[in-house]
Amino acid sequence: MSQARNAILGRLRHRRDGALTAPTSDFSVVSNKQWSDEEKIDLFQQKIESVHAEVHRVTQDNWLETLKTLVQAKGLSDLLVPQKAAVGQAIRADWSETLPELRSYDQPVTEWKAELFSGIDGAVTDVRAAIAETGSLVLWPDQDQPRLMSLVPPIHFAILDAHQLKNTFYEVIVSEGWASAGMPTNALLISGPSKTADIEQTLAYGVHGPKELIVLIRQ
Amino acid sequence: MSHNPVQSFHPRVHEAIHNPQIRANFRKAMDGLMDKRLAAFPSDDDLQKMRDLAASIRLRALAKLPELLEKLEANLTAQGIQVHWAENGDQACKIILEICQRHNAKSVIKGKSMVSEEMELNHYLAEHGIDALESDLGEYIVQLADETPSHIIMPAIHKNTDQISDLMHEKTGTNKSRDVEYLTAEARQQLRERFEKADVGVSGVNFAVAETGTLCLVENEGNGRLTTTVPPVHIAVTGIEKVVENLEDVAPLLSLLTRSATGQHITTYFNMISSPRKEGELDGPDEVHLVLVDSGRSNIYQDDELLDTLRCIRCGACMNHCPVYTRIGGHAYGYTYPGPIGKILMPHMVGLEDAKDLPSASTLCGACGEVCPVRIPIPKLLVRLREESVAGDKQHDNSMVRGRGSKRNTTETLIWKGWAKMHKHGGLYRIGTGAATVFKGLMPNKIGAWTNCRTAPKLAASTLHEQVKARQLAQAKVQKEQQKSEGEA
Repeated sequence: MSQARNAILGRLRHRRDGALTAPTSDFSVVSNKQWSDEEKIDLFQQKIESVHAEVHRVTQDNWLETLKTLVQAKGLSDLLVPQKAAVGQAIRADWSETLPELRSYDQPVTEWKAELFSGIDGAVTDVRAAIAETGSLVLWPDQDQPRLMSLVPPIHFAILDAHQLKNTFYEVIVSEGWASAGMPTNALLISGPSKTADIEQTLAYGVHGPKELIVLIRQ
Repeated sequence: MSHNPVQSFHPRVHEAIHNPQIRANFRKAMDGLMDKRLAAFPSDDDLQKMRDLAASIRLRALAKLPELLEKLEANLTAQGIQVHWAENGDQACKIILEICQRHNAKSVIKGKSMVSEEMELNHYLAEHGIDALESDLGEYIVQLADETPSHIIMPAIHKNTDQISDLMHEKTGTNKSRDVEYLTAEARQQLRERFEKADVGVSGVNFAVAETGTLCLVENEGNGRLTTTVPPVHIAVTGIEKVVENLEDVAPLLSLLTRSATGQHITTYFNMISSPRKEGELDGPDEVHLVLVDSGRSNIYQDDELLDTLRCIRCGACMNHCPVYTRIGGHAYGYTYPGPIGKILMPHMVGLEDAKDLPSASTLCGACGEVCPVRIPIPKLLVRLREESVAGDKQHDNSMVRGRGSKRNTTETLIWKGWAKMHKHGGLYRIGTGAATVFKGLMPNKIGAWTNCRTAPKLAASTLHEQVKARQLAQAKVQKEQQKSEGEA
């Protein structure tokens, strides 16, 4: 439809009222937000809990024990875990048979779609960063932790290191140089479990994605 | 396109106003949304600065629109996303159908997209044997009911839980229940099966970033992520005005969008897509397409004043705060986009011949302009379109508005012509007002729709001119008598 393309661009280029002048943008209202490390953790927790996520403050030493306790308490029978990411390797290195069976997302989704959609109880992923202002996790899914890992299983455990917390989304984009580095296939902000208020504005969780989002903040 | 005929506008409004269920559902929902928005902006100073910033971002994107569209296309193409251009909804439908047919697609799953509503895509695909299923819960409910969305953010806001329970019971066999968790879980199950089997996913786009070639989707449910990840083909469809220049522009727009729309500090998911599945990746579509739709937008673009319509980021705050929308609901308007934004957008899409009643369906209270996160002067644009609808062909020599002048009627024109003439000529004015005073008894008690709920105004016993004259005479008389008595003393 290059005909349509040329016609549309032609109309936009030859504006009846003449060329437009682009205004400049003052980003100070979003770039001047800064909190201390402690404040960032508090704010992140407050914001993400306000949208029904569960947060546990843990240490580098005890996070795995907390995870084990949680998966047992939730009564999971299996758990999708990354193979290469440090989080996945640590879990695999120190797991026992009495705990939920560890599974890997190691084949294209088409090969095991039915099982992924109905046979996996939970998944663990790490995160790339997190945002204090909005209580958001930043994920860049890849081969090791594919896109559906944080979406299809009913419970998503996210492991976040406190030092990964940034003030704002704006800061994440600018300080990590997203625009110049080039964007991945898919980048995500996740802020809480899947939810809807489409039935008479009544909140319900897990409408399409996870019903529970559990964040472990390692301090 | 088979839009509802506008002749039905007034009867529709009448019906909606006298439907207590509609009135109650909307009143409750809009009150809640207004409170939530207010609570989401604790600092008015920050809010105003954010609105300035967002307006500048949208205006900058519009100022560079042709260049940015080309840049977006070049970056997306380089990253493997195929870009298509459509002059109107019909062309866009054809493009999507061709992609579906190339893949022998029988089942399409859809994320929420107002542009796809605008072009009536589901209907078109169904005519060609392709089943398109809405997966946003609100859209799913509306589709089960064979209706259209009544709000751009909350499509099923016109229904209450009982109505939805009955509908799901009748159409999908679920139990009747007031338990929203149960109803939601049932819908999840029904839709999951369809996600697994879908051949193509169709979604909208909230922001298309030219700088990085990135399509951004804002949602809470996860159906948008499923739609854009599970099927082997993803087709995104959007209006040409949705482009923004830089990736950093997205941060403030997202913040204002979610807070203005529903008072959420952010939605559950912000999904940024920049390419199809790369080698080695285990999920995501093998093919991603973007369909850029014009449908009158490049026409709006020609006019310095009307251009502001294209700043819109579709948050719905204008309808949430509109006293007319709250009373009549979204369906009474009869078009894809209801409420204030619909009133300034639909006339360009369907022409004023059909949409001439929309710009008048407003009290001009100004609430829409006050809450708009990108500062669209909606009331000013409503007045402009009212002018266009009556005299656009006479007053604006090179007006681009379709159907301009189509609301003009001879009686009204004659009355105003006479009025203008009378006010220009003193003699005529006095004769006219004098005659009206003399014959005031002949004035009917019922003068059109105005007196359906009001008392007709009555002319005074004498004209203002006569009264002033009488007063001046009386004063002169008093003065004369005073002078006289002073002289005698």
